[in-house]
Amino acid sequence: MLEGFSLPFPITPQLGVFALLASIAAIASVGVVFFQDAIRSALCLVINFFVLAFLYFSLNAEMLGITQIVVYTGAIMVLFLFVIMLLALGSQKLVKEKLDPKKFIGLGLGVVMAGAVASQIVLPLAKITAIRAPDKFGSPQAIGYTLMSQYVYPFEIASVLLMVGIVGSILLAKRRI
Amino acid sequence: MIWDWFIHIHPVAQALIRVLLIVLPILILVPGMIWWERRLLSWMQDRIGPNRVATLTLKNGKKISFWGLLQPIADGVKLFLKEDITPAAADKAIYFIAPALALFPAFALSGTLPWGPIKELTPIADVNIGVLYVMAISSLGVYGVVLAGYSGNNKYSLMGGLRASAQLISYELAMGMSLACMVLATGSLRMTDMVKDQEGPLLGLANVPVVNAIQNWHAFTPFGFISMVIFMVCMVAETNRAPFDLPEAENELIAGYHTEYSSMKFAVFFMGEYAAMFTFAGVLSVVFFGGYHMLPIRWEFLSGTNPQFASLIGFFRGMDYWLAPIWFLTKCVVFLSAFIWLRATLPRLRYDQLMSLGWKSLLPAALANFLVVTTWIFCNQMYGPVAGLGSVLVGALVILGIYRGVKKVYPSPVYEDRTITLVDPAKAAG
Repeated sequence: MLEGFSLPFPITPQLGVFALLASIAAIASVGVVFFQDAIRSALCLVINFFVLAFLYFSLNAEMLGITQIVVYTGAIMVLFLFVIMLLALGSQKLVKEKLDPKKFIGLGLGVVMAGAVASQIVLPLAKITAIRAPDKFGSPQAIGYTLMSQYVYPFEIASVLLMVGIVGSILLAKRRI
Repeated sequence: MIWDWFIHIHPVAQALIRVLLIVLPILILVPGMIWWERRLLSWMQDRIGPNRVATLTLKNGKKISFWGLLQPIADGVKLFLKEDITPAAADKAIYFIAPALALFPAFALSGTLPWGPIKELTPIADVNIGVLYVMAISSLGVYGVVLAGYSGNNKYSLMGGLRASAQLISYELAMGMSLACMVLATGSLRMTDMVKDQEGPLLGLANVPVVNAIQNWHAFTPFGFISMVIFMVCMVAETNRAPFDLPEAENELIAGYHTEYSSMKFAVFFMGEYAAMFTFAGVLSVVFFGGYHMLPIRWEFLSGTNPQFASLIGFFRGMDYWLAPIWFLTKCVVFLSAFIWLRATLPRLRYDQLMSLGWKSLLPAALANFLVVTTWIFCNQMYGPVAGLGSVLVGALVILGIYRGVKKVYPSPVYEDRTITLVDPAKAAG
């Protein structure tokens, strides 16, 4: 039955790993939207971010992947959980409306969004043939060198911006300094 | 080499062997650590401690005691056989996965730890981001605690979970800064490079007589010592051990985040805590105490300058190389004992003390240390190691001066002095 059938691409271990990780990430991101309980949505987002880091690892971009875990999984999502727990956001009892026009409008806008994103990334992606990044690509040394030579002004301006943000939040949060 | 056969087997099998070689020892050592903690603590508190289990009674009535070594096994069996109670109002799915999430980072943390000099066997992955990996995985440790506190549907648990998340986030910053200092000094994020950097002469002083025979263990350098102290404090806070065990403060929160857990689920939390202690002790010994080396002495340098002792030095070099895992384990056990010593000595901190220690003392100290390290690197590379050491001293003096100046402008508040006399000594004597 499958004799005449052949895939347009060979099945490699790389592809298997990608399929596994990508499917977990996709299911988790669906869960973010569909769970009614805020804490489960947040947990699904954690899983999504975590698995995304492993996708980066499998593409030879270790630095990017570990930054993803440090920043998103380790810091931002913990704060999300902290706030959800502090406000004790349980699952909400929603009033079910029979025909909500928002659903259909949202669906339509979602399709338009997906089309717009796909039109921008499908063509460039189709040209790429290498599966993984070259060996030294995105190593800490390379990133540090680029940030401190080519992009030194944007880098410093961004750090000043962060500093202003921190000082501003202290000013806003504290009555008396 | 005798390891040649190893590189010919399948890479997946190689990776599995590497994983087993670090995970199995930790699993085996956890009961031993619990026994050691209970015995050492009881000795420090002038008690006897568990000494009954594993006592053999011979036919003639003579008893041979093995110091209660099997006590953790008995405890484990008890925990297995206890009734597993799940609260009716718990969030079942999250309640179930929280212990697993608490155990995962404790073991995953060992992924980049080199416990010996043989590249094929250790570490599991010698990636270029070893230190960042430690930071990333230890930041995941908060999930187990927070979710356990949330899912039990108990206010005490929730308070414990909230405390834990605030504490872990605060101390991660200072820990990251102290590790960043060492990354700067080494110039690499790789754990094996960190060990290799510590094999050189102390502070790069290759021409000063006695000093050039000492290895550059980061704990011996001035800035490394400060970093090590900060890292040790943060390590205790990250593993929720006394005196930072506020998430499970029993006189305020019953048992904190694991109040609602019983039987094996509680045992998993317990195991995770001890495994995390062990792996953090491993990180400490790799980053600050020369990793798997026996003594901070450069044997090959000594054998070059003292050929008359060549055979003795050769013996020590062999010990250093072939017994490397034992030296690594010895260092870990010493740091574990320090954990236990802290628990026996210090009372638990108050919550505001915990936060002010993390944010107002450790983080500024780590940042100042960062500046000193950068000054040292600059002077060391431009003008040589002696100028580098001088710049460290000058930098430390400048920072101390700034600190004193700031203290003079903004003096710390003077607290009311209170004393409580439980028994009046004059009356007690009479």
